[in-house]
Amino acid sequence: MKTNNKKNSLLTIFILIGVFVLVFVLEQILPANAMLFTVLQKGVIYALVAVSMNLLNGFTGLFSLGQAGFMLIGAYCYGIFTIPVLERASVYQYFDGGIIKFALPVPIALILAGLAAAVFAALIGIPVLRLKSDYLAIATLGFAEIIRAIFQWDKLGPVTNGSNLLRKFPSFNDFNITDANGAVIIRMSTLVPFIIVGICVLIIVLLINSSYGRAFKAIRDDEVAAEAMGINLFKHKEMSFVISSFFAGVGGALLAMYQMTIQASAFKSNMTYEILLVVVIGGIGSVTGSCIGSFLFIACSEWWLRGLDSGTFLGINAPVIFRSGFRKVVFAVIIMAIVLFYRKGLMGENEFSAYGIRNFFLRIFNKKKGEAKK
Amino acid sequence: MLKITDLKVNYGGIEAVKSISFEVQEKSIVTLIGANGAGKSTTLRAISGLVKQRSGKIEFLGDDITGKDAHFIVSKGITMVPEGRRIFPDMTVLENLKIGAYLRKDDLTEDIKWVFDLFPRLKERSWQLGGTLSGGEQQMLAVARALMSRPKLMMMDEPSLGLAPLVVRDIFAIIKEINKQGVTILLIEQNANMALHVADVGYVMETGRITMSGPGKELLASPTVKAAYLGS
Repeated sequence: MKTNNKKNSLLTIFILIGVFVLVFVLEQILPANAMLFTVLQKGVIYALVAVSMNLLNGFTGLFSLGQAGFMLIGAYCYGIFTIPVLERASVYQYFDGGIIKFALPVPIALILAGLAAAVFAALIGIPVLRLKSDYLAIATLGFAEIIRAIFQWDKLGPVTNGSNLLRKFPSFNDFNITDANGAVIIRMSTLVPFIIVGICVLIIVLLINSSYGRAFKAIRDDEVAAEAMGINLFKHKEMSFVISSFFAGVGGALLAMYQMTIQASAFKSNMTYEILLVVVIGGIGSVTGSCIGSFLFIACSEWWLRGLDSGTFLGINAPVIFRSGFRKVVFAVIIMAIVLFYRKGLMGENEFSAYGIRNFFLRIFNKKKGEAKK
Repeated sequence: MLKITDLKVNYGGIEAVKSISFEVQEKSIVTLIGANGAGKSTTLRAISGLVKQRSGKIEFLGDDITGKDAHFIVSKGITMVPEGRRIFPDMTVLENLKIGAYLRKDDLTEDIKWVFDLFPRLKERSWQLGGTLSGGEQQMLAVARALMSRPKLMMMDEPSLGLAPLVVRDIFAIIKEINKQGVTILLIEQNANMALHVADVGYVMETGRITMSGPGKELLASPTVKAAYLGS
C-alpha cells in the first residue's frame, strides 16, 4: 500500500508538470486573446478559492459563506501595496495620491494579501466559530458584507481609494517576458497563476493529509467524539478558518490581477455562491473535484454557453429563444441535472488520481477482453 | 486515583447529578449502574470535561481537574469510550486509531501493534472504513481508539449497548484483560449483571444520587439490587 502511495504521488506530480508544460506551449502558439486563456486564468483562481472553501466546508464541516469578504481583503491588500509609486497620483486622484508612498514586489504583496485575510479571519473567528452550521453561515456572510461596505467608506479613501477603482497595479500580463522594446518574447501570463495556485493547492493537500487534516475530518464527522479524543475544537476550527482565509486572500489578489481593476462592489455574496456552487458540483470533500468543478463552471459561464445569448449555438439558429440571459437558463438546467444524477457532486468524496485513472482504464480494458472471449 | 467530591451537574435547569461522591482506586474496575436518566452518563461527561459541573470537585492523581477542558483532561491520562461508540465512519480503522492518539507526538507503531493484539479482528480490517464494521467491531474500535492515548484511566459509557449477548461477553473479557495490563477502568452500565461480575467496586445511581455502594460481588447478592436491576 505504501509503495502504491509513493507511485501515486509521483504520477500525480508528473501529470501536474505535464499540465504546466501544456499550458506553457498553448500560450506560445495560440493568440493571446483566445477565450481559452480567460477560462484557464479565471478557472484556476476559482479553483484555489474553491479548494480553500472546501478545506473549511468539506473537510472541517464549518459552513462559512465569508469567502468573498476574504477575497476582497486580499485583492485590496494586493492592489494597495503594488500600485507603482509614479502611478499613485493618478489612481488616488481624489485623495492626493493616497497615504502609502511605496510599492512592494508582487510575491511579497501576494503573501501579504493572504496574511491580511488570515488576520481578519483570526479576529472574527473568535466570536463567530462558537456558532454552529446555519448560524455560522449567516454570521460570516454578514461579515463579508460589512467588509465590503467598510472598504467603500470615504474616510478610508487615502488607503482604499473609497468607492473608486484601484488600477494600474501589476497584472498577469506583467509576467510575460519582454525585450527592450516591450515586445513579448515568452508568454507567462497563464502559466504563472497556474504555478502559484499549484503551490497553494499542494500546501492545502499536504495539510489535509497530515494529522491536522485528520483532526479536521474528525471534527466534521463527530464533534463530541473528536473532543473526547482530546482534539481542541476551537483551536482546530480557528486554524482551519484562518488557513482557508489565507488562501482565499491569495485567490482574491490573483482575481485582482486577472481583472486588472479592483472595486469593492464586485465582491458581492454572489461570488461566494458561485464558489459554493463549484464546491458542491465538484464534490464536498474532494480537492480535485473543486478544481475540475471550477474549470467547468468558468468554461460554461464564460465561454461554451455564450452562443446561447447571441442567436446561434452549435450551428443552430434560433434567435427567438437565444436571447441574452438564455445562457443562464440552460446553465441552471445543467446544474440541476448534475445535482440530480451526481448527488454528492461530480467526484463525491473521492480524489482524481493517476492511480485511479489507470485502474479505470484497466477495468475498461479487462471488460473488453472479457467480452472478446465470449 | 480519581476522587469525586460533592459533584453537582445541571442540564438546562434540570439537576441531572445531585451531589455525588465516589472514588476510583488505581488498577481497579469500578462500575456505576443504574436505570436510564439516573445521571451516570452526565457524571462521566463531567469528569471528561465535555459538560461543566455546577459545583463539586474532581481530583485525578492528586491534581484538581475540575472544570478543565476536554483536551487537557485527555492529556492528563483520562480517556472516554463514548456512548453509542461514535467512531468516525468515513475514516479507516487505522485512521480512527491514529485520531485516538492525537495528543501524542511520539511513535505509534508499538501501540498499534498492542491494540491489534488485543483486537485481532481490527487488524484484518485495518483498511476498512469505520462505518462498514459491524456493531461489535465498532465497539472494539471505540475501545481500541481510546486505548491509543495510553490512558491511566479509561471510562466506558455503556459498552454493551445494542450488542448481542455473545459479543457483550467478548467485550467484557477484553475489559478485564485491559485492566490486567494496568489500565484503571470506570464502567457505566445498564447491564448490571455483567458489570457487577467484572467490577471490584460498584455504585448504584438513582435519580442523580448514589444510593448503594460496595464490592461487585456483594451488590450482586444484595436483594434490593436483585429486585431493581437483575429482575429476580
